Amino acid sequence: MSALAGVRIVELSHERSAFAGKLLADMGADVVVVEPPEGSALRRWGPFVDDVPDPEQSLAWWHYNTSKRGVVFDLDTEAGRAGFRRLVASADLVLEAEDPGRLAKLGLDYADLARRELIWISVTPFGRKLPGRADLMTDLTLLAAGGPVWSCGYDDHSLPPVRGGGFQGYNTACHYAVLSALTALLARGVSGEGQFVDVSMHAAANVTTEMSSYNYLVQGTTVQRQTGRHAMEAMTLPVQVRCADGRHVNTGVPPRFPREFAGLLGWLRQAGIADEFPEAVFLELGAKRDFVDLSKIGQDDEITAIFTAGREALNFLASRLSAYDFFVGAQLAGLPVGVIYAPEEAFEDAHFVARGIQVPVEHPELGRTIRYPGAPYRFEKTPWRIARRAPRLGEHDEEVFRELAASDG
Amino acid sequence: MKALGHVPVRALGHVRICDFTGQLAGAGATKWLAAFGAEVIRIEDPVKQGTWDILRMMPPFVDERRGTDFGGGFNNHNVEKLGITLNLRTERGRELLAELVKKSDVVAENFAAGVLEKLGFGYERLKQLKPDVIYVSNCGFGHVGPYKSFKTWGPVVQAVCGLTFSSGLRDREPAGWGYSYMDHTGAYYMAIAILLALLHRQRTGEGQWVDLSCTDAGLTLHGPTLLDWTVNGRPLLRPGSPDSNRSEHPARAPHGIYPAAGEDEWVALACRSDAEWRALAGVVGAAWAREARFAALAGRLGAQDELDAKLAEWTRARPKAETVAALQAAGVPAAPVAKPPERVDGDPATAGFGLWPTARHSKMGEVRVDGLPVHFAKTDWEIARGAPCLGEHTEEVLTRLLGLSREEVAKLRAEGVV
Repeated sequence: MSALAGVRIVELSHERSAFAGKLLADMGADVVVVEPPEGSALRRWGPFVDDVPDPEQSLAWWHYNTSKRGVVFDLDTEAGRAGFRRLVASADLVLEAEDPGRLAKLGLDYADLARRELIWISVTPFGRKLPGRADLMTDLTLLAAGGPVWSCGYDDHSLPPVRGGGFQGYNTACHYAVLSALTALLARGVSGEGQFVDVSMHAAANVTTEMSSYNYLVQGTTVQRQTGRHAMEAMTLPVQVRCADGRHVNTGVPPRFPREFAGLLGWLRQAGIADEFPEAVFLELGAKRDFVDLSKIGQDDEITAIFTAGREALNFLASRLSAYDFFVGAQLAGLPVGVIYAPEEAFEDAHFVARGIQVPVEHPELGRTIRYPGAPYRFEKTPWRIARRAPRLGEHDEEVFRELAASDG
Repeated sequence: MKALGHVPVRALGHVRICDFTGQLAGAGATKWLAAFGAEVIRIEDPVKQGTWDILRMMPPFVDERRGTDFGGGFNNHNVEKLGITLNLRTERGRELLAELVKKSDVVAENFAAGVLEKLGFGYERLKQLKPDVIYVSNCGFGHVGPYKSFKTWGPVVQAVCGLTFSSGLRDREPAGWGYSYMDHTGAYYMAIAILLALLHRQRTGEGQWVDLSCTDAGLTLHGPTLLDWTVNGRPLLRPGSPDSNRSEHPARAPHGIYPAAGEDEWVALACRSDAEWRALAGVVGAAWAREARFAALAGRLGAQDELDAKLAEWTRARPKAETVAALQAAGVPAAPVAKPPERVDGDPATAGFGLWPTARHSKMGEVRVDGLPVHFAKTDWEIARGAPCLGEHTEEVLTRLLGLSREEVAKLRAEGVV
């Protein structure tokens, strides 16, 4: 059984909202994605299968449209608009991300199509009521103006701040679109009433910046970007360390508890290199204490030496181990440390494979089964599932029109 | 005319959450629910003064006061929730929790895997107490798999799931995310999981367990990159990659973040088409910008370093606001790299959206917090009450929900149960 079985969603294909549609479709909603005759713009985004640009071979289209059905309507024609109206009349929820004003001009906005039960999720750059050049927003400009970019980059501030990869600005807006859709569905389950929901992508980025926003809100301070760690008002000690194989790890919070100093010591001994680390004696002192009072760093010589030895032990171990061995060794010693994996390395890692991250999806017309990224969560009774690969252009025209005709009849 | 009868004042006014979450990765999830009217009851440990959630006593601070009720981040993530204390080391504390579970729709937690089980409230026990309970657990590596005992926090999650790696400039170490993006996002997935489970229960009466791992969720945020790997065999880890201020897919150039006049000032700009490039070249107005070799995308992609250097010379000479205004007027995507004061107090698109509501905290007073980036036409969110002080609602909740008298609560307090 699916959590959203029987929920009919009409999605007007757009790069800004496609991921929201996927998240709902993979949980069982019947998402019908509407494209123009030339196909969604997303079909022109690479990468492409074998690097050959083709609207049916866009991996971006494939990923963001799993489990959906696809129909074509030319909204610039009366016939297309009539078809769209009929489709919306059959829907529980509409998901769209058109620039404000476009749907109203076509007579296809919420005000034109509203019914008591209908839920309408609008995802726009600045919301429906505020000015701003919606047509000029990209993931890059969204994350720059919305706050995330200011916090990301390097200690060297002559280098530009960094936009993280993977279209996270769009992803964040889509997470809020999904939260909105589900909340509106729950409310409708009680009241019987749907409603219009206005999602601002810019606002979504602004409240996904952790301390950057709330340190300013609470105490009026501005954080500064730092390599691989939290942006803070003052520069902090580095946590990203290069290991013997040239790859990096994030060493997390420096060791500070007696059990962590004990764990470090045990790890050094197990690796057979404790004798080469003269400061091991301070780890032993740290391990024997009941408590290591970090507020005394710089004042109490022994505490300073213990804390310093903890950090240096990590650097020493990193200089001798591969990033992966460092990660596992540290975790087994009780330290929250992470290997900095490329996405494909995580995808092939035994832990994620065991959790089912690799999901085979049939592409019958290619005669291939393709491994897709799997579930973000594991539901006991209503599992996440890719019901089918993304639709080919107009693939479900006949099927959906037949359903509409039957329900009209 | 208003419809009669059943219009809910609050979208989630019918939902009660027994909330063990903390930090941002958990508390951020129940913040959404509370803002839409769910009754979220935080349960904290009176012995450790609630400090399992370290944000209770961490900066930022509104003034010089310190302690378990003064953490600014905690206030930000826990607005509109109730807070009670229960000492689960005591028999009576566990009994009271059992009674509360029976009256709750959802039990939510983001302890390390196995902690709630050790407290005697694993999923099987929760189901005995309430057969249709929804239990949502959220931890770094999930409750199943070789790394289930490994520990994480935001930056470690981001490191392992690929997000740190995919953020950086060419031929440099990863820049990563300068904050716990996956605490925010893990919280979004946790809230989504709770809402999905509630919808399923609303229609079928059936509860369930959802096991959420922040590293799984983070890994799924690289969809097309992972398909490039599984379909084309192309890894993101290869010479010259990643270079995340640029846009490999879709292929765009120029596309990046450039210096502006002033100290640590930057501007982002992107050309999605040859027409946008022509518009940008018109604004720049220099001979190099009109060179034929840059007219088509392929030429610009092949000369990105040179193009970026020339553009940087141009952007460096003017304030970011001036560059943004000129480019937007010409129809070119451009935006400032906004600093916190600029986007909180200087941006009508946030303040005008009502994005920074003021919450009244019992001890801190009025504090602005992150609002929600959505508005519902009929049952919108509300944020007015600050985060609960430790045990602030113990008496209120135990008397109202569990039927205890005030005297009984006072006795429990004296006995160290609450």
